[in-house]
Amino acid sequence: MSTPVVELRDVSFSYESGPVLSDINLTIGSQDYVVLLGANGAGKSTLVKVALGLLEPGAGRALLFGRPARDARARERVGYVPQRAAISGRVPATVLEVVLAQRAGRRLVGPFLRSEREMSMRALQRVGLEDLAGRRIGDLSGGQQQRALIARALVSEPGLLVLDEPTAGVDRESQVHFAGVLRELHTQGVAVVIVAHDLGAVGNDLTRVLALHQGHIDEVPPAEAREQVGLFVEDHPH
Amino acid sequence: MIFLELFWPAILAAMVVGAAAPAIGTFVVQKRLSLIGDGIGHIAFAGVAVGLWLGVSPFAAALVAAIAGALGIDRLRRRAPEEADMALALFFYGAIATAVFVASISGSYNVNLFGFLFGQVLTVSPGELLAMAGLAAALLLTVLLLYRGLFAIAIDEEAALVAGVPVGALNVLLMLLAAATIGIGMQVVGILLVAALMVLPVGVARNLVRSFQASISVASATGAASAGVGLVIASIANSAPSGTIVLVAATAFVLSDLFRRGRLARARRVVREAS
Repeated sequence: MSTPVVELRDVSFSYESGPVLSDINLTIGSQDYVVLLGANGAGKSTLVKVALGLLEPGAGRALLFGRPARDARARERVGYVPQRAAISGRVPATVLEVVLAQRAGRRLVGPFLRSEREMSMRALQRVGLEDLAGRRIGDLSGGQQQRALIARALVSEPGLLVLDEPTAGVDRESQVHFAGVLRELHTQGVAVVIVAHDLGAVGNDLTRVLALHQGHIDEVPPAEAREQVGLFVEDHPH
Repeated sequence: MIFLELFWPAILAAMVVGAAAPAIGTFVVQKRLSLIGDGIGHIAFAGVAVGLWLGVSPFAAALVAAIAGALGIDRLRRRAPEEADMALALFFYGAIATAVFVASISGSYNVNLFGFLFGQVLTVSPGELLAMAGLAAALLLTVLLLYRGLFAIAIDEEAALVAGVPVGALNVLLMLLAAATIGIGMQVVGILLVAALMVLPVGVARNLVRSFQASISVASATGAASAGVGLVIASIANSAPSGTIVLVAATAFVLSDLFRRGRLARARRVVREAS
């Protein structure tokens, strides 16, 4: 049975320039695989940040796994891949180090442990990057970097994986590989939320499609969304 | 040899600062705050002027000003990031103007003040060396103990926040570490150039190694070597030690960048030939 992992109750949020989210009510369950669609500036990233407790709502409540989202402990079971451009090639950090960094919140003092390195290697194996663990993160292709960031989100064995525009700037082949990784994670019981402009390569795997427009959320049946959006949906065997 | 016998505290002090500054600088540069050290230096200069005016230790006054300034800068950056550029400029130039104003009305607008601006490493006493070494050791120990969190916020602040890292507190701590580094470094290379020792050796390390952990070690080694070599060259060329030390670090950076470009060109040639 699906239990709530994200709950937004009467949530509103405004920037100085005006309101972005108006009276949002939304529940995402542990078995959901959701895409949140919306135009540029619709407030998708803001919604995600409020849901993850990175921004405080102007009104309403945000809960993660039943706890207030602003409570750091609520985020222990969340894997987050933020929106970003490709990581600069000059960042002096290996792929393994980038993944390890996500363990810092569990224990602040002391070095990274061998067990944590092993966990990080396992996370890299799950996205097929174990052979590149010692490479500089910036030397990887856009698709490989994105998989490394997913590995980083997975290292804490999350119950919820949130990805903000994960395939922006990623080639089609990598998108298909990436969709396969997410499909497997969802099958293993991880709730997945993707913020995107279109359904992309994950279209056939989704259980729910949400559309954010003028501060409100509409739920669209996935089949209808695939037809309406009319964008690339990769065929793949289930 | 006579130079070594006479100025061993200076050489050791320069090498201690040369090793400590890039260790902090590695995190500062990764957070794209390379010029923060320069800004804190401006504020420390105002502290020196006020210290001379009040007749208290200019070093202590500079350290207090640097710490207060670092906290103020961090607050400004977080409270109003879109206006931070202008606000920081106001902060920095206001501090320099305060230093010049206070120095001129207090009559300390003289050689003493220029010693703080450009460094006076040759006057370092064994006692001062001990104090510098103690403070540098405390800085490095803090980095070592809190490496996990400092690394996480340097690589990706937002992801660190989701992971439960106390990002705000560690940012404040990093600014305090930077301020303390400026404080201990200003006698060696002076307020105007101390930030260079936080940045240039880090640039060398980024050109040579892949991992963050290794980059701290390489940057610290480069900083210490630049300081030692710079002092020896200064003694031979009879040049100002601070400028010479920073020029050595800058030369190391240029050479490392040439090495990186050469390695990149070779890698591209191999790929072209293989395809």
